[in-house]
Amino acid sequence: MSKVLMKGNEAIAEAAIKAGCRHYFGYPITPQTEIAAYMAKRMPKIGGTFLQAESEISAINMVYGVAGAGFRVMTSSSSPGVSLKQEGISYIAGADLPALIVNVQRGGPGLGGIQPSQSDYFQATKGGGHGDYRLIVYAPASVQEMADYTIKAFDTADKYRMPVMLLADGTMGQMMEPVELPETTVQEIEKPWAVRGTQNKRKHNIINSLYLNPEELERTNIERFEKYKVIEENECLYEEFMMDDAEYCVVAFGIASRISKNAVIEARKQGVKVGLIRPITLWPFPNKVLKQTADKVKGFLSVELSMGQMIEDVRLATECKKPVKLCSRTGGMIPSPEQVLESIINLTKEAK
Amino acid sequence: MANFSDYKYKRVTMFLGHYGSGKTNLAVNFALSMREKGLSVKMADLDIVNPYFRTKDSEKLLKEKGIELISPAFANSNVDLPALPQQAYSLVQRKDFYAVMDIGGDDRGAYALGRYTPYILEENDYEMIFVANFYRPLTTTADEAIEVMREIESACKIKFTAIINNSNLGNQTTAEAINATIERANELSKKTNLPIIATTVVDKTGVIAENLMEITLQEKYFDIKD
Repeated sequence: MSKVLMKGNEAIAEAAIKAGCRHYFGYPITPQTEIAAYMAKRMPKIGGTFLQAESEISAINMVYGVAGAGFRVMTSSSSPGVSLKQEGISYIAGADLPALIVNVQRGGPGLGGIQPSQSDYFQATKGGGHGDYRLIVYAPASVQEMADYTIKAFDTADKYRMPVMLLADGTMGQMMEPVELPETTVQEIEKPWAVRGTQNKRKHNIINSLYLNPEELERTNIERFEKYKVIEENECLYEEFMMDDAEYCVVAFGIASRISKNAVIEARKQGVKVGLIRPITLWPFPNKVLKQTADKVKGFLSVELSMGQMIEDVRLATECKKPVKLCSRTGGMIPSPEQVLESIINLTKEAK
Repeated sequence: MANFSDYKYKRVTMFLGHYGSGKTNLAVNFALSMREKGLSVKMADLDIVNPYFRTKDSEKLLKEKGIELISPAFANSNVDLPALPQQAYSLVQRKDFYAVMDIGGDDRGAYALGRYTPYILEENDYEMIFVANFYRPLTTTADEAIEVMREIESACKIKFTAIINNSNLGNQTTAEAINATIERANELSKKTNLPIIATTVVDKTGVIAENLMEITLQEKYFDIKD
């Protein structure tokens, strides 16, 4: 297919349709409303279902239902709305169901503001709901990646039978870039566990997250974490930029990584040997490469649109072998390449 | 901006179209071009649909050039309050300057224009421009564009009077990319019986314009700033 000019939000919606998603449930909130608006226009034309639920809680439980029936399904929201969805996400994780949840983050806490943010990192990667569970979390950094990782998210969700999150921010959702969408990508797998009617031919399936027997509940938790180990081994994605001879390493994802790349290029011009590692999956986090990098570089700089959340994972991954500094803005503000450059220069002075 | 000299500006010019077709950028450039010709211009940001990327972003530039911008009270703040500014009435009630109105996308955006419609129709000196970008996924053909046009017209109760072909792929726009849309723009023009008053291009080097195919009908080439 040839290129079209799309907003990040639209790219998510169209990519989901390309991936075979025919069920969307949501509730409007800035800055991701275009996802719902696009689905409202497209779904009726292709025999799909668009439903504006009465709340985010309602929408995520509709997702739970359709996921249980074994169909590709998604919901999307922005930070406060995603907080409301946490109970449902935990239930979906507990019932081992595939689904896509999109969070186009805005400033927080509370109602915060409508401008971009990355301060839902903890919520997305550490289990925003209750119980022991994980989400695979993709952090795209371009409109093309918004489309690509939406499609991938449906595939990994099915493959591992678990909820997957696409974590973007207001800038990524609203910005327009050329995108190429693949024509057919649907790789739906058999779902013998789905509740679609037994036709009196088999024992009925059960979708459930309640276990009255504590030993059984513990067993499901242990089994689930065995699966998470496989995912950590196989599904971790990251990008290295100018890292070959780097003495300093910037770590940033999503929109912050794009700003950081400009700062890295500028720092290189000034003779500073700096590179960038961009986690594409925030869980699983690129622990291995960061651990290896810690033996090569003098220091790290975590660039985030939060008060410093991913920085904790950078410190864990690098086992605090080298200093890890923070460069950040919050409240909907975005660091400029100049601010990141200044932080890189400061890092070179502090970590020699 | 080039070759746009014999166009006769109307008292009120409105920019409407599909989400993300480039209305705001075009409206700002259009207002600036009028100002360059020495006309007195006021501009209104009446986009109450999308709180991101709006005319308000260009307020400083507009002010420097002597163009007053009227925009919603909370534009570019952290509040998403879809309320129209009271001062916008001056654009349709006073007639001693030219007015450029940037309206929100699709029919949802066009509803906001509706309250000014009686004044605009009564004065009857307006250009209502459909901004077409055939690289936007829901308006890739003339027929899809017509569907959006009809939805907008029934929302704001004014009919389009002109088309601007603003087809682009952002920073990946090439002459070939624009050329590939000329036929569809002409088809849209024929089917709606509306003139294409301009084909736009952001062209820092002049290479794109040089390689544009010969544009027929009433199209003009209109070079816009980022």
